[in-house]
Amino acid sequence: MNRSFLKDKLPIAITASVLVALILAAGMRFPNFLTLRVLANLLSDNAFLGVVAVGLTFVILTGGIDLSVGSMVGLSSIVAAKLIGTAHLHPLLALTVSLLLGAILGAAQGFLIARYGLPPFLVTLAGLFLCKGVALRISQESIQIDHPFFSAVTGWSLPLPGNASMTAPALLFLLVFGVAIFIARQTRFGRTIYAIGGGAASARLMGLNVRRTLVATYVLSSICAAFGGVLFALYTSSGNAVSGSGLELDAIAAVVIGGTLLSGGFGSVVGTLLGILTIGVVQTAITFEGTLSSWWTRIVIGALLLAFMLVQKAIEAAASRSGTANAH
Amino acid sequence: MWTWAAAVLVAVLLFNAVSTPGFFVLTMRDGRIYGSLVDVLNRAAPVGLLSLGMTLVIATGGVDLSVGAIMAIAGTVAAGLIARPTGSPFQGGRPSPGLAVPLGLGSGVVAGLFNGVLISVLELQPIVATLLLMVAGRGIAQLLANGQIVTFSDVGFAGLARNAFLGLPNPVWLMLAGLLVFGLLTRMTSVGLFVEATGSNPIASRYVGVNARAVRLTVYALSGLCAALAGLITTADIQAADANNSGLYLELDAILAVSVGGTALAGGRFSLVGSLIGALLMQSMTTTILTRGVAPETTLVLKAAIVVGVCLLQAPSFREAVAARFGGLRT
Repeated sequence: MNRSFLKDKLPIAITASVLVALILAAGMRFPNFLTLRVLANLLSDNAFLGVVAVGLTFVILTGGIDLSVGSMVGLSSIVAAKLIGTAHLHPLLALTVSLLLGAILGAAQGFLIARYGLPPFLVTLAGLFLCKGVALRISQESIQIDHPFFSAVTGWSLPLPGNASMTAPALLFLLVFGVAIFIARQTRFGRTIYAIGGGAASARLMGLNVRRTLVATYVLSSICAAFGGVLFALYTSSGNAVSGSGLELDAIAAVVIGGTLLSGGFGSVVGTLLGILTIGVVQTAITFEGTLSSWWTRIVIGALLLAFMLVQKAIEAAASRSGTANAH
Repeated sequence: MWTWAAAVLVAVLLFNAVSTPGFFVLTMRDGRIYGSLVDVLNRAAPVGLLSLGMTLVIATGGVDLSVGAIMAIAGTVAAGLIARPTGSPFQGGRPSPGLAVPLGLGSGVVAGLFNGVLISVLELQPIVATLLLMVAGRGIAQLLANGQIVTFSDVGFAGLARNAFLGLPNPVWLMLAGLLVFGLLTRMTSVGLFVEATGSNPIASRYVGVNARAVRLTVYALSGLCAALAGLITTADIQAADANNSGLYLELDAILAVSVGGTALAGGRFSLVGSLIGALLMQSMTTTILTRGVAPETTLVLKAAIVVGVCLLQAPSFREAVAARFGGLRT
């Protein structure tokens, strides 16, 4: 087996098999589980987490991390709710402002990381504090969103066979997902991200603009987080400063379970989608079970995370062995 | 190393002395000292303890994100042993406050060892390995508490946080004892040298015979112990263990205190005194904001500014850029 197969395809194959196994196991236990309706709900319920995780995937591919995404979700949802509710802006305009806010924060974080070489972990920690502080300053309470356009979007859903339907957040998530795959696979930006994750120094020597790409990656991640906040607002018809608390951990878990290496360079957006679905299936199955309390979700996700980290470790070890074997 | 932090701390305290009358006034009542300064010390104790453990972890080039969750676990273990809530694993037995402290601390050490094994034996990245308990730890704590906030009433255990010794509240003494023990351990024995060696150059230190694996295992276990003690203090203080909120985001405060205190975030160089000064600085800022009647969320924004400021001051490329801008000045 060659190295790129080990690091590229094997993790995602494992994730896919685990996901299928989980779905089948849940389907055997709960007859209603294997319906289009449950699967469509899976997408609706995890749309905002999904969008956040897709953005985070790019940052992790560069070998960085973004801890600010959870608080950004809260900030963006509360800003949107406040602008629609108090300033009576049109929801589309409020959404644009939220996304712009995300872009600005991402650019600031990316600049500090790329220009001065500050640790991404600490810079985005500062971002977490900043977003949370500002969001709580705007409102400590959840703000209800009441606007005809907004209600129309919230109320609309794409009917599917089998009494199922796809909500707007779910469709928007799939759209973001599609765009992200295009960015990762078909653009120079996407290829540069992989190159930086493989080694920033060699990427620079190849003539790639590492600094600009890094800034753009953090901008992308923050915009995705802000968009996640908007989807959260759509999902709950309200904005809430603490809505994204701890979401960064779920998003990181989804990316890792999806087979993206935290050291950067290897991984995929498709994997992240599988990671999100895996977490979603675990959550849904625990809800179906009824007797199990919700905190089991966190323990199971922790256990999955551990298992996948160990798998990653084993793959890395195998890859470096086969790497040396190829060299000789 | 920590002169900046100390200077800012003094400045914050002086600002309070000017703007809040009576800030420096200490009064003696029932053999106990009261005043804003004592209050700052007392409230800084949990983060101070966390930051002591975190200092050693960061000095080895790692980080421990799980301390907040470990606080929740230790607090729940202690509260569970006393209150014996129904439906929890502690149900049934006699209330045993005598076991609360040793088993609470023990749970923290076990959690720390778990982190340590993942990092030193399985060689996972510290951020990722400790993220695991950060995610699952609160779930475990809720499992132990059966999803409830475990309240209890035990004068002896509450005394851990509420009683005073020689006029000062117990948490202050525990924090100072932690500093003393860690200080002796790292400066009077070779442990400190091993920690710095592991952090500054793991490969070279292995060649000179430092057992980096044992060093890492030890520092994460110690960090777990500190976190457990901090968790016991906060639990004793409010006579309740809240698995969801106990120690929430305190790991970030501890990392912040350590970085403000002059410990190199890349590892290899550390200052325990600096970390405590960092913890005191953060608490005095929080107290200032509360006494000035400013919205408490402002603390978060201030913290963000401090993280970025400290990181920039530590970054070589920023120092160079500043030096280039202001030609003659040496940074």
